Amino acid sequence: MVVWTDFERSTIQDIFSKMDYEVVGPAALTRCLIVYPWTQRYFGNFGNLYNAAAIMGNPMVAKHGTTILHGLDRGVKNMDDLKTTYAELSVLHSEKLHVDPDNFKLLSDCLTIVVAARFGEAFTAEVQAAFQKFLAVVVSSLGRQYH
Amino acid sequence: MSLNAKDKDAVKAFWAKVSGKAGDIGSDALSRMLTVYPQTKTYFAHWKDMSAGSDPVVKHGKAVMGGVAEAINKIDDLNAGLLNLSELHAFTLRVDPANFKILSHNILVVMAILFPKDFTPEVHVAMDKFLGALSRALAEKYR
Repeated sequence: MVVWTDFERSTIQDIFSKMDYEVVGPAALTRCLIVYPWTQRYFGNFGNLYNAAAIMGNPMVAKHGTTILHGLDRGVKNMDDLKTTYAELSVLHSEKLHVDPDNFKLLSDCLTIVVAARFGEAFTAEVQAAFQKFLAVVVSSLGRQYH
Repeated sequence: MSLNAKDKDAVKAFWAKVSGKAGDIGSDALSRMLTVYPQTKTYFAHWKDMSAGSDPVVKHGKAVMGGVAEAINKIDDLNAGLLNLSELHAFTLRVDPANFKILSHNILVVMAILFPKDFTPEVHVAMDKFLGALSRALAEKYR
């Protein structure tokens, strides 16, 4: 069972209450596809991903980025049982999407960097620690049903 | 995943913009590492004060970024260029190389915070590759 401090809970709620999903989601996914190009393997039907400009202008990537970010909402609402919250999505990513769970960490690193850039100095070391802890538990939950 | 000419140009161009704040970047990245990855504190048990902005953190942040600056100057042959630093880390400091990745991540986070417009995805990938190559050069002499 993950133990959350009051600071961690309020920090996570605060970050997501201020989240601009349509900007941050696409920014995080495009960054992941550019910085870790092997992740493009999962998006063969997304059309033009040939270079950074194409990725950043691709509407399917943008839409999917927003979808992924909203996927974190249920985690924000259920911080005390992330394992159960993401069990179904874990099965989906394993059985249907066949995504290597190492990729979850790559995307969460990119999300951290995008959120850091948006929050600026407000993204203190303590806030970063809380955010990364939340993402780490989500990532772990998403990898749990793989076998 | 070695650095091509485009990566090297991107790294040098970005460094030209940010090197003035190198000390601040190093100190903030180090603080974040110590806070977000507490296991890294084990290497600094001899410091009286590990808090952000403390003397040892500021001083060491500058030292680390001095190493990064040196690596940028020697970007065409990092293994040869960072030989002394690699020997230091391998035989004297004996820092587990997994930690290089951790510090690199925090350097990138600070760059994103301080230079949100300049730290584009293209710059991000070049810097990530560069810090990866730097880390590999630093680990070269370990075994």
